Amino acid sequence: MDLGQLFTNVLSEMTGPTAIAYALAAIGLNIHFGLTGLINMGQAGFMLLGAYGFAITTIEGGPIWLAFLVAVVAAVVFALLLGLPTLKLRGDYLAIVTIAAAEIVRMIGRSTALTEITGGSEGLTGNSFKHTFQDASPFPDDRWTLGPITLATNSSNSWWLRIVGWTLVALACLLVWRLMRSPWGRVLKGIREDEDAVRALGKNVYSYKLQALVLGGVFGALGGIVFVLASSVQADSLGRPVTFNTWTILLLGGAATVLGPVLGSLLFWGALIFVRGLLRGLVPDGALTVQQIEQVGWVLVGITLMLLIVFRPQGILGDKKELAINAR
Amino acid sequence: MPVEMPVQDVVAQARQSLAGAEHVPGAAKPDPLLVADGVRRSFGGVNAVDVEHLEVQRHVITALIGPNGAGKTTFFNLMTGFDKPDAGRWVFDGKALAGVSASRVAKAGMVRTFQLTKALARMTVLENMRLGAREQPGENLFTALVKPLWSPREREITDKAMHLLERFKLDAKKDDFAGSLSGGQRKLLEMARALMSDPALVMLDEPMAGVNPALTQSLLGHITDLRDSGTTVLFVEHDMHMVRHISDWVVVMAQGQVVAEGPPADVMADQAVIDAYLGAHHDTDLGDDALLDEGGVIDAEAEAEADAEIEEKQP
Repeated sequence: MDLGQLFTNVLSEMTGPTAIAYALAAIGLNIHFGLTGLINMGQAGFMLLGAYGFAITTIEGGPIWLAFLVAVVAAVVFALLLGLPTLKLRGDYLAIVTIAAAEIVRMIGRSTALTEITGGSEGLTGNSFKHTFQDASPFPDDRWTLGPITLATNSSNSWWLRIVGWTLVALACLLVWRLMRSPWGRVLKGIREDEDAVRALGKNVYSYKLQALVLGGVFGALGGIVFVLASSVQADSLGRPVTFNTWTILLLGGAATVLGPVLGSLLFWGALIFVRGLLRGLVPDGALTVQQIEQVGWVLVGITLMLLIVFRPQGILGDKKELAINAR
Repeated sequence: MPVEMPVQDVVAQARQSLAGAEHVPGAAKPDPLLVADGVRRSFGGVNAVDVEHLEVQRHVITALIGPNGAGKTTFFNLMTGFDKPDAGRWVFDGKALAGVSASRVAKAGMVRTFQLTKALARMTVLENMRLGAREQPGENLFTALVKPLWSPREREITDKAMHLLERFKLDAKKDDFAGSLSGGQRKLLEMARALMSDPALVMLDEPMAGVNPALTQSLLGHITDLRDSGTTVLFVEHDMHMVRHISDWVVVMAQGQVVAEGPPADVMADQAVIDAYLGAHHDTDLGDDALLDEGGVIDAEAEAEADAEIEEKQP
């Protein structure tokens, strides 16, 4: 087994577009759950809408700024649609509605009736919508090497995408950091603890919950864009498992912390690639098929996460004191 | 009422003028802050609240008493917008508040506390207090991004919060999570938090429930201080000693209706109230006071027991 190659793969995945996309989605989910206590089980729906918004606008000839704008607006409208009827009700209703709505978006996206626009279940190939993003790159078309990682400068899983992606993550973290320490963030935390108490203090709880849902959804949409810029828009690749992985990442890193979602995403994807690579190297030929190794990889990561939640329920960056109080 | 009058005179005058009010349900008050008319709320055919007319005098302490299920808390919920009535309207400080949302009611100056204390457990005591303040521009999403726009107001709020915490003897706990406070301290915190917005009317739902007897005295002091600093207080309570001790006016509810009103001594002598709620022996202490005087042992035991009970009651 080539350990050097394995670590290169792990490093490449940890800094790659998938980890970036999930980090952004988890930052959004952190605004929902960690800050406000909203249970959004449809973050993948926001990602998928962002992806469709970006890709379809580009295919229709829109410039890149318009494509980003359409993606963001789609997420805002989706959040309002979900939030307006449900945020006055108890928290569980939002959970049910979001998971159903995300599935509806996916089903509509892959339906044959919309093949002209969304590409149906085949989806939209990457080359049909990546050009505006790649053209915006200041780099010449080339392959550059940094440390052990060699990548194309501009196409698909590129340096350019990583630079833009990590810049977005950094800006998102900065924004969350600023907001968490502001009076606005304080109201959200109050709502997380007890919304009736906050209402009794004269705050419009409904409006704050709606703001949180919209803001977190927008980060989901940005994550969706990064996700598809590395591959293609395919409705089934942004289904329920994506939402659940995002939740895992958030809880792994630590909800209600600024850097928790980012750390969670790095570790989640790093661990997955590491376990798979290790299995491929250690399991004797013929004992497991490549597909089985992939599945065993998921199983092992799942077990690791379960152990982590049992022994460190507040996540890696979470504050144990806070959690102890909640248990009372 | 002239504005320049010192607050203690205003309060004294309000209490005095109350003497002229009739001792009948729905009596008119000389200077009512809250006036409710025909407020009705039924749960499946049972009239939980059916208040024909009620006025709450400004600048005094009014107690709302009555047996369990009399509709006291439901009445609180209706007045503060946490529940919607089937019928009725009420005017607070000249503003009609029927059908107005809970947050707007609070903004109008009527702030409540809850029977089961709602301390925001995973926030510090100081953050709890800051949340009670008004007119913090940083509570807007966009203003929040630019700290200089809200930090001056934040300093004012923090000063005020610290001042109130000192008054309630919670200043040493300011950086502790509210969830780590004892039951009585949470009651104090909730009351202090409600005061951050300088409300005209504070509505306390069973402020003594689950409070260690040692804290009772100071809690009573805080409530009378509230009145003496110009805040109107309306509270629900089962502890008759407390009601007698601090209230200027008592309203008795039974089966959703106001059945009696008057100064505490009068109301508690009212045969109808005794029959409906208090019982014939309400004036006699069931415990033997002599035992308590003898030594600190029993006293301490009783207190320890009360403490243990409070611990149990905490969710």
